[in-house]
Amino acid sequence: MSSSAPRSLHRFANPGQFLRLSGAILPYLSVAALVTMAAGLGWGLFVSPADYQQGDAVRIMYVHVPSAWLASAGYTGLAVCSVMSLIWRHPLADLAAAEISPVGAGFTALCLATGSLWGKPMWGAWWVWDARLTSVLVLFFLYIGHIALVRAFDDPTRGYRAGAILALVGVVNLPIIKFSVEWWNTLHQPASITLTGAPAMAPAMLWPLLVSAIGYTLVFAAIVIARTRAAVMERRIRALLMARAASEGGA
Amino acid sequence: MTHLPFIAVAYALGILVPVAYAVAAFARMGAAKRKLAVIDPRAARDGG
Repeated sequence: MSSSAPRSLHRFANPGQFLRLSGAILPYLSVAALVTMAAGLGWGLFVSPADYQQGDAVRIMYVHVPSAWLASAGYTGLAVCSVMSLIWRHPLADLAAAEISPVGAGFTALCLATGSLWGKPMWGAWWVWDARLTSVLVLFFLYIGHIALVRAFDDPTRGYRAGAILALVGVVNLPIIKFSVEWWNTLHQPASITLTGAPAMAPAMLWPLLVSAIGYTLVFAAIVIARTRAAVMERRIRALLMARAASEGGA
Repeated sequence: MTHLPFIAVAYALGILVPVAYAVAAFARMGAAKRKLAVIDPRAARDGG
C-alpha cells in the first residue's frame, strides 16, 4: 500500500468528514435498502416456486441466508475496524466497531432463529449440535462478548482496545463457519452458491435470494451508519459539555 | 402453502428485527442531532 493510501483513508475517516458524507448518502441508502429488501422478501414469499422436497418451507431461505451472510460479513467489518483501531488508533474505527457488534448480534440471532424455524419441519428438531449451528452460536457469543467488553471499562479507550483484540481473536471462527459443512459430517446442507462453481439452485430461487441478500445488506449498512453518526454526535456533545464545564470551573 | 406457521414467524422476525434496529438507530441519531443543535448550532449545521 502506498503511503498516500492511509492518508486518504484517514481523510475519509475523519469524524467531521464522515458526518457530512454519511448525511448525504444515508437518505438514499435507506430508501434503496427498504425497497430492495421488500422486493426480495415479496418475490421469495409470493412468486418464487416451492421446493420439490421441502415444499414452501424453502421460503424461509430468503430470510435465513441473508441474515447468515450478514452475521459473518458484519463480523468481518468489526475485524477491519479493530485492525484500524489497533494500528492507526483511529477514533472513528472505535466508534464504528462498537456500533457494528450489537447489529451483528441481532442479525446472528435472526439467523439462528430462522434456522431453527427451518430445521424443525425439515430435520424434526429445533436445534442440533451440528458444526455449522454450533460455530454460528459461537459467533453470537463473540458479538455479545465484544459488546460487554467495550462497555466494561471506565476509560472508553481501554474498552475499545480490549474489544478490538477479542474481535481479532474471534476471526478464527469465520473460516470454521464457512468450511464446517465440508470439514465435518453435518446435518446442515453445504453451500448452494460458491465463488468458483455454478450455483446448485434454480434461477427462479437464486434471483430472489440475491435481491433479498442485497436488500438486507443495505439495511445493515444503513443501520450501522445511522448508529455511528449518532455515536459521533454524542461524543461531540460530551466533549462540548466537558469543555463548557471546564471553562465555567476555571472562570 | 405448506409449513405456514414456520414461514410466517420467520418472515415476521425477518422484518421486525431490522425494522426495530433501524427505528432505534434513526431515533437515537435524531435525538443526538437535536441536542447538538442546542449546544453547538454551527457543528450541527456542518453535518451533525
